[in-house]
Amino acid sequence: MTTVEQTRTTIERERHARVAEAAYEIRMGVLEQGEAQGEGYVGQALGIADVLAAVYCDKLRHRADDPEWEGRDRFLLSIGHYALASYAALAAAGVIPREELQTYAADGSRLPMSGMKSYTPGMEISGGSLGHGLGQAVGMALGLRLQGREGQLVYNLLSDGELNEGSTWEAAMSASHWQLGNLVALVDLNGLQADGRTDDVLRLEPQEERWASFGWDVQRVDGNDLEAVLAALDHVTETGAAQGVPKVILCDTRLAKGVPVLEAKDKLHFLRVAAEEWPIAKEQLTAGHREAQS
Amino acid sequence: MTATTTTADATTSAAPEAVPVKRSAAMIASIADPGVPTTSAPFGHALAALGERDQRVVGLTADLSKYTDMHVFAAAHPERYFEMGMAEQLMVGAAAGMAAVGLVPFATTYSVFATRRAYDFLCLDAAEPRLNVNIVAALPGLTTGYGPSHQATEDVAILRGMPDLTIFDPADAVDVEAIVPAAAAIEGPTYTRLLRGQVPRILDRYDYTFEVGKAKVVRPGDDAVIVSSGLMTMRALLAADTLSADHGVELSVVHCATLKPFDEATVVAQLDTDRPAFTAENHTVVGGLFETVAGALVRRGIAKQVNPIGLPDEFLDAGALPTLHDKYGLSTQSLVDRVLGALR
Repeated sequence: MTTVEQTRTTIERERHARVAEAAYEIRMGVLEQGEAQGEGYVGQALGIADVLAAVYCDKLRHRADDPEWEGRDRFLLSIGHYALASYAALAAAGVIPREELQTYAADGSRLPMSGMKSYTPGMEISGGSLGHGLGQAVGMALGLRLQGREGQLVYNLLSDGELNEGSTWEAAMSASHWQLGNLVALVDLNGLQADGRTDDVLRLEPQEERWASFGWDVQRVDGNDLEAVLAALDHVTETGAAQGVPKVILCDTRLAKGVPVLEAKDKLHFLRVAAEEWPIAKEQLTAGHREAQS
Repeated sequence: MTATTTTADATTSAAPEAVPVKRSAAMIASIADPGVPTTSAPFGHALAALGERDQRVVGLTADLSKYTDMHVFAAAHPERYFEMGMAEQLMVGAAAGMAAVGLVPFATTYSVFATRRAYDFLCLDAAEPRLNVNIVAALPGLTTGYGPSHQATEDVAILRGMPDLTIFDPADAVDVEAIVPAAAAIEGPTYTRLLRGQVPRILDRYDYTFEVGKAKVVRPGDDAVIVSSGLMTMRALLAADTLSADHGVELSVVHCATLKPFDEATVVAQLDTDRPAFTAENHTVVGGLFETVAGALVRRGIAKQVNPIGLPDEFLDAGALPTLHDKYGLSTQSLVDRVLGALR
């Protein structure tokens, strides 16, 4: 191995460790918020933590002390119920104070249960009604390009359940029609929605073929494999807006990933957890993280 | 009745008698009364002019550029024009995205699609974050004979409950031209009930200027008062001319170009008199101008009879627009008759 290759490997290893640490921080922040309320969409938030760590703590161009900085990339959370994951990511990225996570969903908090632009620094849209994010992302990507700021990327995190909504596919069509190379869709495929398994509620597969037929650059990765997620994001940022093709990363994730006591539960769409289980959940998270780092 | 007799009735019933066909002009019909001058595509020209002065202005449509006068802006500023396809939810969401990065979008479609189909997107993508998204919607109320699929008889009723949305109901080309820059200057979202094509021009005969959120007494009159909006203000002014010339009746016309926020003070002051009072709207009498006025009066404890002129609470007929305006009481002659009836 040459010195250059060794240096590159070291840099990559450090990068990976940094993002893994951020993912751990995000998961711990999610558990703290869940504990504060005793319930919530904790399963989804733990599942998407690796993707959010890679985006917020490695890829996204933003300024922690100036969330409205005009030159920033946009990250749109259309799945408002994933807000606790976003809040934990915003805390990990330094946009909001970590202690504020304790106020999650409390009266008067800046961190409501469903994520909204009007409440929280760093939240770009008011999500919650599903199928809205990708259309707004199309508008932002078109608007930034019109203003000669095509280098700024627009990310939209959407869920598999959200693929039930027709408006998502209107936007998917539009993105390739307008050749929006500055648009990136991240789809969380955790296989579960309110009424049951996505396969049973409204079949979504074959996902790669569907997005490809809509004219998108498609990658499918294990959304809990940090290396795979980072590589997929690298591909997105390396191509950037140049080829004029919108990009989707389909992320297969595991609900409640990293916390075995929660992974084993039945009703993972909306978790209700007994008070005595939260400390166990945190211990398991920390133990798993240490083991992976060693 | 048994199934057998029903079948027998159906098979033996005579074909309807042939009636002379009145040309319906299908989707697009003129709302101009005889003798009223018109301006061509006032919205499109006003938006193109605004686009000259303000580079942030962009135009979007959902496959209806020619039918909403957006084609004029498209020709003047092709780089800032976005054909979004027949996808109204996307169009409104994308307009919100554009506003979020600093642009000033105007998005057009028909009123039925903007309200019935894209409501959730206007509400959550534009209104909740208070973005400068301007929806300009053609065929408001009964302005097409095409039938309920395209007759937005309840668009104001649908939208009035949306917080932070400004709603405009222009009377003519003068209003339309003034509303375009005014809407752009409002920080939050707006909805305009567009009059398109050859649009009557009547308000410049009076001492009138459009102001956001203000009702205006366009024509004073001691014998009766009518509070109106949209094209019904044009009809009320024409009715007032006829009433004055032919019957010696002076009708006051109070025009509400902004339906929300509503200028309660001006309207209530005009109604709190002994004159017979009317509201006139190109909209169902449910949830529009009449009920807005009624609420304003009740809130102030004023017991005053107000006669609503508007569309009935039902799905309307298809047919020729003039026939339908006569049938449902929106024509100038209908207004004359209603006022005379109240004075008898």
